[in-house]
Amino acid sequence: MGIQLYLYLSAILFMIGVVGVIARRNAIIVFMSIELMLNSVNLTLVAFSAFLGDVTGQMLVFFVMTVAAAEAAIGLAIIISLFRNKQTVNLDEINILKW
Amino acid sequence: MLTEYILTITIFLPLLGGLALLLVDKGSVNTIKMVGFGATALTFVVSLYLYFAFDPMAAGFQFQHKVVWIENLAISYSVGIDGMSLLLILLTTFLTPLALLGTWNSITHRIKEYMVMMLLLEVGMIGVFAALDLFLFYVFWEAMLIPMYFIIGIWGGQERVYAAIKFFLFTLFGSLLMLVAILALAYSASTIPGGQFTTDLYVLYGVGPRLALNVQSWMFLAFALSFAIKVPLFPLHTWLPDAHVQAPTAGSVILAGVLLKMGTYGLIRFCLPLFPDAAFVFTPAMTSLAVIGIIYGALVAMVQTDMKKLVAYSSVSHLGFVVLGTFAMTEEGIQGAIIQMVNHGLSTGALFLIVGMVYDRAHTRAIADFGGVAKIMPVFATFFMIVTLSSIGLPGLNGFVGEFMILVGSFKSAFLGSSAYSIIATSGVILAAVYMLWMYQRVMLGPVRPDRLYGGHALTDLTRREIATLVPLVVFIVWIGVYPGTFLKTSAGMAKQVVQTMESARQGGQARFVELKNR
Amino acid sequence: MFSFAPTIVLFPLLGFLFLGLFGARLRNEKLIGILGSGTVGLSFLVAVALFIHMLGLEPDQRKGIVELFSWIGTFTGTASSVNVSVAYQVDQLSILMTLVVTGVGFLIHVYSIGYMHGDPGFWRFFTYLNLFIFAMLNLVLADNFLLMFLGWEGVGLCSYLLIGFWYDRKFDVGGYAPGKAWTNDAAKKAFIVNRIGDFGFLLAMFLIVVQFESLSFDAVFGRASVMTPGSDVMIWITLLLFLGATGKSAQIPLFVWLPDAMAGPTPVSALIHAATMVTAGVYMVARCSILFALAPATLQVVAVIGALTAIMAATIGLVQNDIKKVLAYSTVSQLGYMFLAMGVAAFTAGIFHVVTHAFFKALLFLGSGAVIHGMHDEQDIQKMGGLKKYLPVTYKTFLIGAIAIAGIPPFAGFFSKDEILWKAFSSDQGSVLLWAIAAAGAGMTAFYMFRLVILTFEGKERFDHHHAHPHEAPKTMTVPLIVLAFLSVVGGFIGVPESLMGGNALEHWLEPIFAPAMTALRATPHHGGITEYLLMALSVGIAVAGIYGAHTVYMKRQELADAWRSKYRRIYQVLWNKYYVDEAYDALFVRSTVKASETVLWKGLDVSVIDRLVNASAQGVAWLSSKVRLIQSGFAQRYATIFVGGIVLVLFWLMFK
Repeated sequence: MGIQLYLYLSAILFMIGVVGVIARRNAIIVFMSIELMLNSVNLTLVAFSAFLGDVTGQMLVFFVMTVAAAEAAIGLAIIISLFRNKQTVNLDEINILKW
Repeated sequence: MLTEYILTITIFLPLLGGLALLLVDKGSVNTIKMVGFGATALTFVVSLYLYFAFDPMAAGFQFQHKVVWIENLAISYSVGIDGMSLLLILLTTFLTPLALLGTWNSITHRIKEYMVMMLLLEVGMIGVFAALDLFLFYVFWEAMLIPMYFIIGIWGGQERVYAAIKFFLFTLFGSLLMLVAILALAYSASTIPGGQFTTDLYVLYGVGPRLALNVQSWMFLAFALSFAIKVPLFPLHTWLPDAHVQAPTAGSVILAGVLLKMGTYGLIRFCLPLFPDAAFVFTPAMTSLAVIGIIYGALVAMVQTDMKKLVAYSSVSHLGFVVLGTFAMTEEGIQGAIIQMVNHGLSTGALFLIVGMVYDRAHTRAIADFGGVAKIMPVFATFFMIVTLSSIGLPGLNGFVGEFMILVGSFKSAFLGSSAYSIIATSGVILAAVYMLWMYQRVMLGPVRPDRLYGGHALTDLTRREIATLVPLVVFIVWIGVYPGTFLKTSAGMAKQVVQTMESARQGGQARFVELKNR
Repeated sequence: MFSFAPTIVLFPLLGFLFLGLFGARLRNEKLIGILGSGTVGLSFLVAVALFIHMLGLEPDQRKGIVELFSWIGTFTGTASSVNVSVAYQVDQLSILMTLVVTGVGFLIHVYSIGYMHGDPGFWRFFTYLNLFIFAMLNLVLADNFLLMFLGWEGVGLCSYLLIGFWYDRKFDVGGYAPGKAWTNDAAKKAFIVNRIGDFGFLLAMFLIVVQFESLSFDAVFGRASVMTPGSDVMIWITLLLFLGATGKSAQIPLFVWLPDAMAGPTPVSALIHAATMVTAGVYMVARCSILFALAPATLQVVAVIGALTAIMAATIGLVQNDIKKVLAYSTVSQLGYMFLAMGVAAFTAGIFHVVTHAFFKALLFLGSGAVIHGMHDEQDIQKMGGLKKYLPVTYKTFLIGAIAIAGIPPFAGFFSKDEILWKAFSSDQGSVLLWAIAAAGAGMTAFYMFRLVILTFEGKERFDHHHAHPHEAPKTMTVPLIVLAFLSVVGGFIGVPESLMGGNALEHWLEPIFAPAMTALRATPHHGGITEYLLMALSVGIAVAGIYGAHTVYMKRQELADAWRSKYRRIYQVLWNKYYVDEAYDALFVRSTVKASETVLWKGLDVSVIDRLVNASAQGVAWLSSKVRLIQSGFAQRYATIFVGGIVLVLFWLMFK
């Protein structure tokens, strides 16, 4: 049936993720959106791999998944540290790195 | 073999001293001072070898040492000296130990860092005078900005941070423009058939004069701006009073004694031979600024209330003479400029040491706070008088030799075209007598003022250490005044060469322009 | 024999160095005095030996140049560039000056042993005096302009050091500043006014370098003698040299430092400001006679300024009440006569007057020093009177000096002054007007000198016997007085003119020196005959009239002095305030320069304009940063938004490229 549908799905998921990163206030939700973006890319890679018959795409998926896991772990640790200091995870209130 | 490496050794010996200092414990103050002083004194002794092994008759640069650095840009570590740089290197290695000796007890906190800064500064200074590759020159030029910035900023007076930042940014601004010019010049070396991008001075001496006049002009201006800020040339001089007043005594001595000479050195070494046509075009402007600086510096010095600021403005005045002599481009002018560089280093260095000695005792530099000091400190009064007389150019002392040669040289100069510059500059000798003698009178003479308890500090006469610091300076002040031949012979060959280069450029340049017009 | 000449200069230098380094430790005044005087005495002996040697030589052989070492120069080997050596030239003129400097100098050194007795700076005094003699000898024995300039400025330096010798004392400046000034103010004034003259000397040297490509006398004068007179460059050179001379020798317009220089100890006034340093300008003109001969316009200027200075200073001297001030203005006046002589090409007469003036003016100053010493530092003659009883030797020698300066034959001053007057009248460059001015001045000279003698030594005693106990000076002071008095009597016989059956030894001795100048001027010797005798008698008559007038006013009818003072009050005020020249200079030059420098240059330009520009540039950068930094909001999401926006833009660009 062609790869288009998979690509459309990935694009839509990616866009949802981007909007989530930009527009949501809660840091945890932002992280979820980032995970969504990463997984949409995974979907694209798998789709192409299946369609082209090249296994490199699926290999890259493993890289992406590892990085996503590591980044989620560290990111959540940072959020917890942030919460301990600022008592909030509302991104609108966190601008410590302001000029 | 030794002749190849001796110059590099001289340059980096203070750095070894600095490294040795890293091993010394922070608390053993005396050891730190001894190691620092020892390193600078050792450098002086080594530089003496340079003097005795130097051949005044030989043309070109001696003790050359060249090591390829960045190969595909043809940038090399290339050092060598001729008469002028030898005299200035000797001045540097001579003044630095004396500056340390004269201010032995002045710095009380973070002495180790202070000593390391002074040693790094010395490395940079000697390197500037010895560099024969423009990139290397630039590296050393910048390298001596940072230690000086720290010396002023950490161990200076009340407004030290402002003065240090002003000094640093002002000089850096000029240097960056110079960097652009260096790169442009190096690039233009590659546009000449058979040439390549290089910053080697020997090659560039052949490239620069062949550039078109407008290209030469902006490069000349970029270089000259950087040097003019350093000299300092009116109206780019305003960093100097602040830097001098706020710097600690040894810093002032080195700043006035050596750093200011780098500007004038650069003018003679780079601006004139690399861009002769542009130099001729800008001669009236530079000379006018120099003469204005002579008179302006003297007049403003006259109305100062702080001793150090007075001496700072007097430096503006004195170095105006040097720039005048440089652009006169006659043998007397160039020789006078070179010897006056050395003279100014000695006299003004001694003046700052003297002011420092008084400040160490009374903790004030305001002239109004003093009076009748000669009665309490007669030995000091004698040294002060001798150095004052040297500063105002009394015949028989060093200042006169340089001033006279510069004035004669600029009077009869064909390049300047008018003797008006020399005439106006000569009136500067009257003004010099005015401001120096007036300061001497207000500080040293008259009755001792009992209400001036100098903050409870007693004014004692000079210690043996302080006398030992001033005596070598006075010896040279008299030596250069009575028998300057010893030093003039060293730079004579180089001066003659510069004049010949400019002469042939002037004649060749005219022919070249005719050719360009006829095309 | 000539090779010994440098020792003349060397002895005082050694004296200076030794006394300078060790004098403070030698507690013995006698030792210091003997050392200090001894060096000058040795120089004198060598000069005498050289002189005797020269007497035995032929006139054109009487010259020797000894070169010591190469001093200032480019050392590049180029022929046309400046290269000057330290070299000394002994000839008829320089040996004469040397004898005067070392001879009179020696006497004054001896005198100082007595005068400065007890002063804590005794050793410093002799150190500076020796340095002065060294510098002065360099001046007169130099064989080139630059070495002469070293001596020229060197004597200026010593003048500064010695005028301000008592550096914590104030001194009375008379009508000048309300309140009192410090000795160092006078010293500083002397140095700076001299420097203005030195500015002229320097410029003249530069012109000489350009014109003659050398600074040595032989080369310059040799090349000059073949030039045609009246060229512009010669006029400039000589005018600038003369500017230097007006500074050093206190002529209009740079004479203002000399009266203030009386703040120094009296031996200093005698040696430096009477006998030697101030005559340096005259010597210089004499030495450069060929140059001046080639610029007749300058000669006119010299003569006019000399004459004007002579009479102006004489008028001021008429009303001064400080014993040293009278003598100071007298010196300025007599120097005017010397320059008048130079200006009318009577070079020998001018040098003659230098020599005789050295004798009697030094005598007068030393005598006044004895009076001051005996009156415990009182200098106002209105508080003296009748001192001849207490200071007999001083009185007699002082009187001899006064008679000599008034110009009464056969004392020294008569022959020299009379020759100047005669030449002012008769020479090609002279005129009746010049003679008249000079003669009037001579009359005034006699008048004010005898006013001084009478008010100080004769008449009623006007001092307070409780405070002042006048006594005669010690032997170290009176013996030099006697020697100088003797010289003031017989000193004139070296130059007795032919019209009075003398051989005019001096004229013949100096003839080879001035021959080139006289040739260039095409001067014809004037045989005066009757006119000369007439003028001679007239000048003696004027002098006698002056003396008689002073005697009348101040001895017989003292009410005349007071009557004149009140009747001509305005004129008296002007004279007493020295024509307000000091005040004018102060307002025009000093105060305006200082004020302008402070307000306009420093505060106005440097601080307000230049520094503000610099700081403004820094502030500009700061302002720009304050605007740019607003991008850093601290919100990570804002940054993310910008990323996305950027990516979209790039995508569009890639797609629609």
